[in-house]
Parts: sequence; structure tokens; C-alpha cells
Amino acid sequence: MATAAAGWLRRAWGHDLAWSFRRSPVTILAAFLTLVCVGSALFAPWIAPHNPFDSATLNLSDGFTPPAWTEKGSSKYLLGTDDQGRDILSTIMYGARISLGVGLAAVLFSAVLGVSLGLLSGYLGGRLDAVIMRVADIQLSFPAILIALLIDGVARVALPRDMHDQLAVYVLVLAIGVSGWVQYARTVRGSTLVEKNKEYVQAARVIGRHPLAIMLRHVLPNVTGPVLVIATIHIATAIITEATLSFLGVGVPPTQPSLGTLVRIGNDFLISGEWWITVFPGAALVVLVLSVNLVGDWLRDALNPKLR
Amino acid sequence: MSQAPLLEVKNLRIEFPTRQGTLVAVDDVSFSIAPGEVLGVVGESGAGKSLTGMAIIGLLEPPGRIAAGEIRLEGKRIDNLPGERMRRIRGRRIGAIFQDPLTSLNPLYTVGAQLDETILTHLDVDKGEARRRALRLLAEVGIPAPEARIDHYPHQFSGGMRQRVVIALALCAEPRLIVADEPTTALDVSIQAQIIALLKRLAREHGTAVMLITHDMGVIAETADRVAVMYAGRLAELGPVREVIHQPRHPYTAGLMGSIPKIGAVKRHARLVQIDGAMPRLNAIPPGCAFNPRCPKRFERCFTERPEPLQVGNALASCWLYADGPR
Amino acid sequence: MDLDNRPLVRLIEVGRDFDVSRPWLNRVLEGAPRQLLRAVDGVSFDVRKGETLALVGESGCGKSTVARLIVGLFALSRGRIEFDGMDLAAPGTDEAALRRRMQMIFQDPYASLNPRWRVSDIVAEPIRVLRLAATREAERERVAELLRQVGLSPDDGERYPHEFSGGQRQRISIARALSGNPEFLVCDEPTSALDVSVQAQILNLMTELQERLGLTYLFISHNLAVVSHIADRVGVMYLGRVVELAEAHQLFAVPRHPYTRMLTDAIPDLLMSGKARTPVAGEVPNPLAPPAGCAFNPRCPHANDRCRAERPQLLGHGTALVACHAVQEQRL
Repeated sequence: MATAAAGWLRRAWGHDLAWSFRRSPVTILAAFLTLVCVGSALFAPWIAPHNPFDSATLNLSDGFTPPAWTEKGSSKYLLGTDDQGRDILSTIMYGARISLGVGLAAVLFSAVLGVSLGLLSGYLGGRLDAVIMRVADIQLSFPAILIALLIDGVARVALPRDMHDQLAVYVLVLAIGVSGWVQYARTVRGSTLVEKNKEYVQAARVIGRHPLAIMLRHVLPNVTGPVLVIATIHIATAIITEATLSFLGVGVPPTQPSLGTLVRIGNDFLISGEWWITVFPGAALVVLVLSVNLVGDWLRDALNPKLR
Repeated sequence: MSQAPLLEVKNLRIEFPTRQGTLVAVDDVSFSIAPGEVLGVVGESGAGKSLTGMAIIGLLEPPGRIAAGEIRLEGKRIDNLPGERMRRIRGRRIGAIFQDPLTSLNPLYTVGAQLDETILTHLDVDKGEARRRALRLLAEVGIPAPEARIDHYPHQFSGGMRQRVVIALALCAEPRLIVADEPTTALDVSIQAQIIALLKRLAREHGTAVMLITHDMGVIAETADRVAVMYAGRLAELGPVREVIHQPRHPYTAGLMGSIPKIGAVKRHARLVQIDGAMPRLNAIPPGCAFNPRCPKRFERCFTERPEPLQVGNALASCWLYADGPR
Repeated sequence: MDLDNRPLVRLIEVGRDFDVSRPWLNRVLEGAPRQLLRAVDGVSFDVRKGETLALVGESGCGKSTVARLIVGLFALSRGRIEFDGMDLAAPGTDEAALRRRMQMIFQDPYASLNPRWRVSDIVAEPIRVLRLAATREAERERVAELLRQVGLSPDDGERYPHEFSGGQRQRISIARALSGNPEFLVCDEPTSALDVSVQAQILNLMTELQERLGLTYLFISHNLAVVSHIADRVGVMYLGRVVELAEAHQLFAVPRHPYTRMLTDAIPDLLMSGKARTPVAGEVPNPLAPPAGCAFNPRCPHANDRCRAERPQLLGHGTALVACHAVQEQRL
């Protein structure tokens, strides 16, 4: 799959994609912002001004410092600090790390699950197809967040409490991942139904290749195009879902706060006037999700010849 | 031709601007069609024959555009008309028949409703008269029991019957010219013959000019009065159909005729005449004659100078072989 | 040519039905019955070693289904198929071993090559799956040889299918089909998507390869002129059945079955001999509700009551086989 995707990317980059990218200033801006977000999240331990989770460097007397440009602000803390004196800018960078990590892992999980089920469903058809697609229909009649809550709830009951905190991130990835596979499965099933009737697939069957080999080597490379588009847009949705879950308090524990957790923590201080604790993580979330979404939208339009 | 031409195409050039440069899809093509005449246009896929037809009915898809030349219908230019006026001419004066009868008809309306609507749009008649005309047309194109069939939906007709309906639709406003783009390609051989006979009869009886675009020389041989052979967007040969088929002048036409298997005409398993290679892509047309890389009779001039249509017998051939006058 | 008249492939009363019923829920709610389409019914013929047998007929006559039944893309509903004297479906036969001796060439050169694969990988796939090359080097040699054999250059292997024209793609398809060293090639309309000048190239190539490699062809086509050029014997199909089977020259010179006559009459007269093309009445009936008796009777000018009641069998008539009461009764 990796080589096929790489080949696909290389060819796409070769002609139309690069060209349509250059012609869309909004996309260039969005891609730039995405890069800034991803970069600062990825390199947070090296570029963040403080380590907000090192209790040795924390000073409670620095708590509730407003942003640097306000009257009581300190140049030490550009976006101010929270109740425990943690630097907001740094917590955002570390938080984005968790948010992006959970989002990407969940999307990867969703995509692998959905693409596999979609391939099997479309290629083998019959009863398996009927079962998979009915499950998909049923799942689609619930909001994704409800599915994620349900899985998280089940995990909480099933796992002992201390173990749950350790595994919280993985449970979250599982919950968000499982809630999103249907779209991949449906899309891939549709394309597979088209591809499997093409003569190159029949030619492979005449040679006597195993159905699994045909699915992976022949059909899969030809149905990955739309998957990439869905995945890009899904990243934004997954980050939002994670933030929502964390905001509701069922996401990652406050010891490893994601952007959603930060918004929730800051929310408590909003009424007492310490607005920056919640507004900046919120703004960061909006910028991140919006830019990823814009890049995804552009990718979808650029790869769909009918819209051009 | 004794009569004044109904349709005149002069030095038509169709271009497609792309990022890699401008592609010339139809290059300096000229021909005319007289009333009641069937002109066949043949060529391989990509030769520009369908684009020429689309340009005449004013349905060239952007970014394709007419870059030079003119198209005249009954002496008046129609290539530079604004969309609304062209729309009225199309349907009223020019009818179109396409390859796939299924996509030419709206599946949500009955055949009668589509015929009525087209008649009412183009002719000044009332609803009753429109319905009477629709019935007469269906009978004329050979649909049995038109009174029963007129309220059927397109999917209730077979492929051959559907193509008849499409022809009836094209005839609604009694057009002077019909552009038929591969009208028989999607049909089985036995149905093909019926449709060809029908087209031919309509052209004779109504004095309608027909531009018949096809890749099938057999269809041309049976239907057309004159034939235009296109290659790489250019006109290779144009002449009376009998002469072009029996005495092809352009080496491409000769190769094309030789490469068609003929029943009983060749010994079984004998090699067919083949033209090596393939038609050049539009972005790689060689200088000089476009056919020169595949031509068995090429000489120096073919590589440098583009041949003009030269009179040979009753035909025109764009080939330097005939530069010293007809042989 | 080695024509020892031994059948390489033998079809015995082969039939295939397709379930075209509405979905289960609709059947229950609307009370619609299960519907079976008899795409192929009671088809028997032999393909002799080294010959080209062509199947002709209009769309929906079942000729492509027969092709796919032989190479195993569809399962048989009835009858059996023997390859080299062995029943493909019998418990004792190694079906896979027999199947690798046959290959198929498809109609659409734009759909028959995986767009994401390099040409060399496409051509090498059967070699890899059937383990015909001992080393990578041997495999590369073989692919280069195959590409040369079909008139391409070994360097073309590095390119992707979209870089080739329709005719070149069909050459690649042929190279892939040949790479498993088959004896028998099923060709399903191999030239009908091509322009005539390219069609001539492919037909010439196929003839050459047959002579050089001693191949046996089953050639499916709707184009009678192409069939008359390439085939030794021709089977004419109508609504899932073979109605006439004869030597090619005989079939075109003296067509016997009224449907064959109709088809040969409908061929466009390219030579403009002035022969009038007989307008054919009617169209192929709905295969879901085929007429009783002979399937051709509603269109046949010679049909009588027997034709409308009793289905004619494919019987010998001279050297030809014809399924027609009128021919048997010498009314025709």
C-alpha cells in the first residue's frame, strides 16, 4: 500500500495537483498554518518556551498571569499562564501534540478498518457484504460522538481505574477510530464494485490468483484516491471529536491535556475574568481544524475532475 | 454540385488551450454539403470528425473554441452567433443525432412529451397539431403502432427503436441539416441496416442535408454521396464515395481501405494491409504532412511542407504525390 | 499448421443461468417471482487443436458468456467442459493445471491493464504466479522477449499503460496472455475497440503468433468481416444457443440458417457491388421471455407451426451443423 500510495502521490504531484495548489491562495495559507501547527506540535519539547508538565519549573505565584501585551502581563509568558502557573503557549503546543496524535492515529485506524471491510464487502459480496453494510447502516443512525462515548464508557467499566488512565489515549483512538470507519468502507466498497468488474481483475482471476492477492495488489491501489481525501477531511473531524470528548471529561486525563482538555480547564475561569486560559487553546483548535479542513477541501476538488 | 451548398465550412480551425500549450484539434478543414446530400465524414478516433460536427451544431465544449474559419448555413454565418440565437437555429434548422440513444432522451418524460415540447418550441402550432405531427413522425421513422407507443418512456423502447425516436426528435422542426455522429455504432448489425436505410430515405424525401460522422467505412459506402476522410485534425481526402473507395488517392485512405477485412475478397489468413504505427497525438503532430511517419510513399517535401487539397479526378487529396497535376 | 482434428476443448450441453430477480425484500413485498436468465443453453462444440473457431452473434446472444465459462470466470449451471480430453470439473482432475494452459484476451484495452502497474509487472504477473522463471534475470529476459514478440520494445516495460495507444495496449494484453505459455487463447472481441488500421495490425499479429506458437484460438466477435478473415470455423449464436456451425468459407458462401442469412445480408457492402442490403425485420426478443419453439421464429420468414412449438436441434447438414426445421425439412 505504501509504495502504491507513494506512486499515486508522485504522479498526482507531477501534473495537476501542484498547479491547482499554486492557483489557490487560501489553500496555500491553510497549508502554511497546518504546517505551523504540526511543526510546533511535533517539536514542542524543543521549541516551547517552558515545559508546563515539569513541576520543578512551575511557580504557583506566576498563576493567572494575563497575556504579555496586557497591563499585568509578563514577557516571560506570551499568552499568560493558568491557575497553576503553566505557560499557556507551551500547554497549547503540548496539547496540539496530543490532539494531532490522537486524531492521526484514529484516522489511520478508521481508514485501515474501513478500507479492509470495504474491500472485502465489495469484492466478495454476498452475505458478508450484507452483514457489513447493515452494521454500517446501523452505526450511521447514531451520531459519531455517541458511538465514541459508548466505546469509552465500555472501556471504563471493563478496565480497572488506574489502568484506564494509562490506556486513556489508546481507548480514545479506538473510540474515535471505530466511530468513523463507515465512510471509508462505503466509498471503498463502491469503487471496488466498479473495479472488480474491470477486465484487468478478470485477467488476474484467469491466471488463478488468490482473491486476497487480487484485492490487495490489483483493486486496492485503484481505490486509494478517494480514501486519501476522506482521510484528510476526517483528521479535522477526529480532532474535533477528541476535543469534544476531552471537553466532556471522558477524553485524555488532565495530566496529559489535549486542546479540548485545556478548553475545559479554562472554561472554569472564564466567568472570573481569566479569559485567556480558555480562549487561546480554543483559537488554536479552530485554526488547526479550519486549515486541515481547507486543505482537505482543496484536495477533494483538485482530485475530482468533474468539479474543475 | 449543381445546387448552392446548404452548409459551407471554410478553413475551420478548432483549438484547445491547455497548460502545455495550444492543441490544434481541427486544422484548416473545408467542405460543403448540398441539400439532399449525405456527406460522410470518416476517420479514426481523435481525427477531429466529432469536433467538427460539434462546432457546426454550436455545441463545442469549452475550452475548445473555433480559432479560425467560418461555418455558413444557407449562406449566413453561424459560427459567431451568440448562444441564444444559435440555440434557436439548433433544433429549428439543424438537427443532431448522437451515438448513444439512451443519453439523448430524457428518461423521466414520455417520448410523446419530448416530441411535443420540441415541436412547440420551434414551430408556431397548437398542442393538438403538435401531437398530430409527433404521431406522423413516429410513423415515418418506422415505429409500429405509434398511437400506443407515444406515451411510453424511453426505457420501454429497445436500442434500435430508441435511435428511431432520436431521429424523430431531430426531425421535429423539419431541419435543413442533420448532423449524425456515429448514429449506428451502438447498434447491432441487423439494426444498423434499418437505421441507415431510414436516414438515407429521409434525406432523399425531405431534401435534408446529412453530415454522417462515423468510423465505419461500410456505413459510409452504403449511405453517403460524398466522403471526407480526416486524419489528425486535417482533411486527407474528399470526393465522391465510389471514387474514394475504389480509387483512393491519399496513401492514408488507401491504407485504410486495405486494412478493412472483406468477406470473400481476401484469402483467409492472408495478411491484411496494415498501416504501421498510430495516429500522432495532438501535441506531437509532425511538421509537413501529418501522415508522413506512417506513409509508404513519402518523400522529402512531405517532411517540410504541409500539403494543400489538390484536385485529382473528381476528388481532392491533400498529398504532394499529386502536386504535378492529376495523374 | 498442425490440424490433427483432435479437439483441444470440448463443450458438452453447456448452460449458464443468471439470477436477475429483484432483491429479496422487493420479491417479498411485491410478490415478484424469482427470475432466471438463460444466458447460455445447451451449447456443444469442439475446438480443434491449432484452429481458430469464431463465435458470432449480436449483443446478448451469450457469446461472451461462453468465453467466460470456458476460462472459469463463471461457473457452469449445466453441462461440462473438457480440456485435452479431461473434464475440468471432475473430482480427479487437477483443474488449476489445465487452466494454466488457457488464457484470455479482453475487449477493452483501457480496462484490461491495471493502471497502477508497470507494463513489465503486468506481463510478468503470470510468470510469477505460475513460477515459470527461476530467477529475476530469467524473468526479465522472458518479459523482454514477449514484448519483442508482440512488436513492442523491451524498454516499454518501464512505462505505465496510460502512456500507450489502444493498439499498443492490446499488444501488451497479448504479451501478458502469452507469458504463461498457454496453448489455448480465448479472445473476447479483441479488436472491436480499435480503429480499423490498428485492428489490421492486431489481426496480423494474432495470425503470426498462431503460426509461430501453434496456438488454438476461440475468437468472439460481432464483426462478420473480421471473423471471415481470421476463422477456420464459425459458430453463429442466437439467444444463448448455437444455430449454425460450419467451415468459415462455407458459412459465408452458403449460409443455411435463416438467421445466418440475415446476418450476412446485413453486412455493409463495402465493395459497392450494388447488392441491396436486405432490410431485416424485428429485433432480438427479450431473453427473459424467449419465444417458444425456435427462438428466431418471430423474425423468420420461413417459420411455420412446428417452428413455433418445437425447438430445433443442431443437426448435421452436409459438413455444417444447423438448428433449423426448415433446413431439415428441405423447405429452404
